[in-house]
Amino acid sequence: MTQSNVLLRIEGATKSFHLKPMFGAAHEVVALNNITIGIEAGKALAVVGESGSGKSTLGRAVTRLFPLTSGTIRFKGKDIAELTSRAEKLSYLRSVQMVFQDPFSALNPAHTIQHHLERPLMLHRSLHGAALVAAVREVLADVELDPEVTLHKYPHELSGGQRQRVNLARALAVGAELIIADEPTSMLDVSIRRSVLDLMRRMKETRSIAFLYITHDIATAQFIADDIAIMYAGQVVEWGKPERVIGNPQHPYTKLLLSAVPDPNVRLDGGGSKAFAREAEAVRAICRTASGSVLETEPGHFVRQVGSVA
Amino acid sequence: MTSTIQKPLVEVRGLKVDFLTAKGLFTAVKGVDFTIDRGEVLGLAGESGSGKSTIALALMRLHRPPAIISEGSITVDGEDVLAMPESRLRQWRWSSVSMVFQSAMNSLNPVLTIFEQFRDVIVQHTGKTRQQARERAEELLTMIGIAPSRLDDYPHQLSGGMRQRVVLAIALALDPKLIIMDEPTTALDVVVQREILEEIVALKDKFGFAILFITHDLALMGQFADRIAIMLEGRLVEVAPSAQLIANPQHDYTRRLWGSMPLLTRVPA
Repeated sequence: MTQSNVLLRIEGATKSFHLKPMFGAAHEVVALNNITIGIEAGKALAVVGESGSGKSTLGRAVTRLFPLTSGTIRFKGKDIAELTSRAEKLSYLRSVQMVFQDPFSALNPAHTIQHHLERPLMLHRSLHGAALVAAVREVLADVELDPEVTLHKYPHELSGGQRQRVNLARALAVGAELIIADEPTSMLDVSIRRSVLDLMRRMKETRSIAFLYITHDIATAQFIADDIAIMYAGQVVEWGKPERVIGNPQHPYTKLLLSAVPDPNVRLDGGGSKAFAREAEAVRAICRTASGSVLETEPGHFVRQVGSVA
Repeated sequence: MTSTIQKPLVEVRGLKVDFLTAKGLFTAVKGVDFTIDRGEVLGLAGESGSGKSTIALALMRLHRPPAIISEGSITVDGEDVLAMPESRLRQWRWSSVSMVFQSAMNSLNPVLTIFEQFRDVIVQHTGKTRQQARERAEELLTMIGIAPSRLDDYPHQLSGGMRQRVVLAIALALDPKLIIMDEPTTALDVVVQREILEEIVALKDKFGFAILFITHDLALMGQFADRIAIMLEGRLVEVAPSAQLIANPQHDYTRRLWGSMPLLTRVPA
């Protein structure tokens, strides 16, 4: 991996939130704990973790929705916290686009699809008139929606999968180089999930768009990712190539996660056995404490050691 | 009554549900037949809009206008559900058939403590005193692995998985014969999902209730259901024992559904 290929480099990113509840004492929540990962241009990194593991916080930090407590995020070598001029900021916002979990609430119900796609093209690429019309049709065709049928429809007239395609089209329209997709398929039916994943994979392969794919579903992560990072309690606990991490999991949480993925050929037997729940509780207990030492078990496959505090 | 051949717990025949919309009649469920035996888990799979949830609501007669049941019959434990008067229906719901809704985490009232939500169900249906309801609620919480002291907490003080367990415990409160579960674990991550499913299997073995399990996750269903029914545009296109439906799907749509599942492939190192 040559340095020039790295599109996004996250270095020692830490984010803590200070919570001051109406009742009770103020306390601090460490959502990200010293995270270091990178994404190469045109590659997909999947961040997999349970609710509350900090994976969405990571995505939001990359979109500059809030500053980090410490650490840096570099996009093409430049620290995004130090972008000062308006032109620089705009260019970053254009290059890094986000696709959210709920495809319905991400679109304005009062506007047509045409409006949703024209706005970014006008604002970011200053297109007008015939060029604008042509560009809108082009991006719709890119996400495999028929412009004739779709353009004048409102979001409620489209299915969940079609709406998510519109969201991806919007990211394409402004010329995104990195798309942060936060659970983009978890609200879609299984039957259309695959086609949206296929589309994302094609966007990656034909247009070299990099993806930060955030999910709790390791099966879909495997489908799109070039690299995979497993997060637990604000830390990346295991990372590397998907075939290595999934084929040869080392960290107890990764093992637990993989054993919980539904496998139609394995029946859940009753008999009052709560073996899995007990195991899950034990794994959570040992993984909750932050750990400092990292081991490279095989080339390009890293595991955070359990129980050793740096 | 001692019959050697046990009648199924639930018998649905020719069920048709129409929606009266401004644009005319829309038939969401187009004549569906199925049965559920005592203690059986029937999985119902299909894409959004195929009518799965409509069937679930119709089974408890919880469907609201513009939906109407225009044809068919529903028999649960020998009783004709469609013929029940309103008063019997109130009593029958939850004590014979209970339901765990899709967004179970949001089906708890946020301004009532967990105990109040148990009390509501138990006192309404059994006429027990508050103290007796408390004892029953404590027993139920212990059963699903939550400390009874949490009864005085509010829903927001519990994690998503715990809220899901509480909803399940409330569904169990009156020892129903059938529990309808509409996407009970969709909002949870796989580890918590697995914990809750094992919990459900253990409880089912203990109490012997039947389950109508609705989801679009075929892999999950294969692990859990005895039989699977596949729904497409208001019709059941295939009903088969799980193993058979996994190994040898007959209908074209079932095969397509399997084909679209991103399954985890593990290459052992």
